[in-house]
Amino acid sequence: MELFNSLKDSFYENFIVDDRWKYLTDGLKNTLLITILAILIGIILGFIVAIIRATHDKTGKMKILNFFAKIYLTIIRGTPVVVQLMIIYFVIFGSVNINKVFVAVLAFGLNSGAYVAEIVRSGIMSIDNGQFEAGSSLGLSYRQTMTSIILPQAFKNVLPALANEFIVLLKETSVAGYIAIADLTKGGDVIRSQTYDPFLPLIAVAVIYLVMVMFLTSLVTKLERRLAKNDKR
Amino acid sequence: MISVNNLNKSFGELHILKDITEEIHKGEKVVIIGPSGSGKSTFLRCLNLMETPTSGEIIFDGVDITKANIKEVNLLRRKMGMVFQHFNLFPHLTIKKNITLAPVKLGIMTKDEADKKAMALLEKVGLADKADQFPTQISGGQKQRIAIARSLAMNPDVMLFDEPTSALDPEMVGEVLNLMKELADDGMTMVVVTHEMGFAREVASRVMFMEDGRIVEQGSPDKFFNNPTNPRLKEFLSKVL
Repeated sequence: MELFNSLKDSFYENFIVDDRWKYLTDGLKNTLLITILAILIGIILGFIVAIIRATHDKTGKMKILNFFAKIYLTIIRGTPVVVQLMIIYFVIFGSVNINKVFVAVLAFGLNSGAYVAEIVRSGIMSIDNGQFEAGSSLGLSYRQTMTSIILPQAFKNVLPALANEFIVLLKETSVAGYIAIADLTKGGDVIRSQTYDPFLPLIAVAVIYLVMVMFLTSLVTKLERRLAKNDKR
Repeated sequence: MISVNNLNKSFGELHILKDITEEIHKGEKVVIIGPSGSGKSTFLRCLNLMETPTSGEIIFDGVDITKANIKEVNLLRRKMGMVFQHFNLFPHLTIKKNITLAPVKLGIMTKDEADKKAMALLEKVGLADKADQFPTQISGGQKQRIAIARSLAMNPDVMLFDEPTSALDPEMVGEVLNLMKELADDGMTMVVVTHEMGFAREVASRVMFMEDGRIVEQGSPDKFFNNPTNPRLKEFLSKVL
């Protein structure tokens, strides 16, 4: 009973007083906004880079683009995302007044794009060459074969890996606080710094991340199951 | 219809096709046989540029296709259907969509026209009831018949068959060969790489024997099988017949 009462007091102190719960909900809004927009950038950029790399691997064309794609992949995958975030904010946009959330979207999108690219490329390369040959033997161009035969199959194959990447991305946005964005993690931390009570704010933050990840995972499972209906290999 | 002049193909150091000169006429059913590694599949795959020849020319409808740009190549491939050993159906599409994909994408037919054509072809290959199933749900023989229907949907002038029955269970070989026979009877120009000697004997207008990158003997099935002259062919036939 005593434990319950102290928890109740702590809950009141951490979340109700001064509407402190708003730190979490406002933070969650930023976290979601950054994640969703970064996923969009990641998908678009990732698919473009993957197609460039796969086309180069398969046909030997696009040498110059492939060269730049490789540099991009090496740099992004070779450095921590929090360092990339800070470089973009403090160095690249250091002298201009710019929306921090925009910077975070850009940084996390660029970062995710590199991982998506390698995932999608492995998906494209895993499709049997006979599929390319069947497409071109019917007179379809490389692009048509890619978009209507290869990519749909590749996408299906890499869906679990892609979903995993986006779940990682959601959690990685927790470093957005490094450029003073009030995201979910930062929100919990602000409450902690006001109440000097780390337990409930941080547990609350963890639970919110966990619930979001579990929700995303269940969505992906559903999608996978629907796609698998067409294709029992 | 197809003239091949001094065709060579190498993979690195490996010289697969050696200076092949050959002519395939409209309406012919050419069957190519030979031991594995003799270059028969490579020769067939050069005809629609699935493999790029190292040198030589391939003249199809009066155009040297080895010098054509990629757009022209795509156009000529519409006129050359190809059937693969491993079917290569599109597993993410229904049987019907497998057939209609190319004609619709290429703007040759509207979706309705393509659907009609697909159903007519499925009727022809005896698989109309499978239209809405996926390739994973049908047998190997059925897959190959669908693959043939898919090629026919483009109204090709010539059909290339690359060991179409080699990946099939023995009991499914017959249904595919029968369909190919029907196609031959309809007057389709066909080039077939196969190990099915019965098919060669019965359907071919000309049989070729390839050995070490060259066509070493060819002739009518009757002469080819009953009076072979090349010693290597004699040995080959004694083993397979």
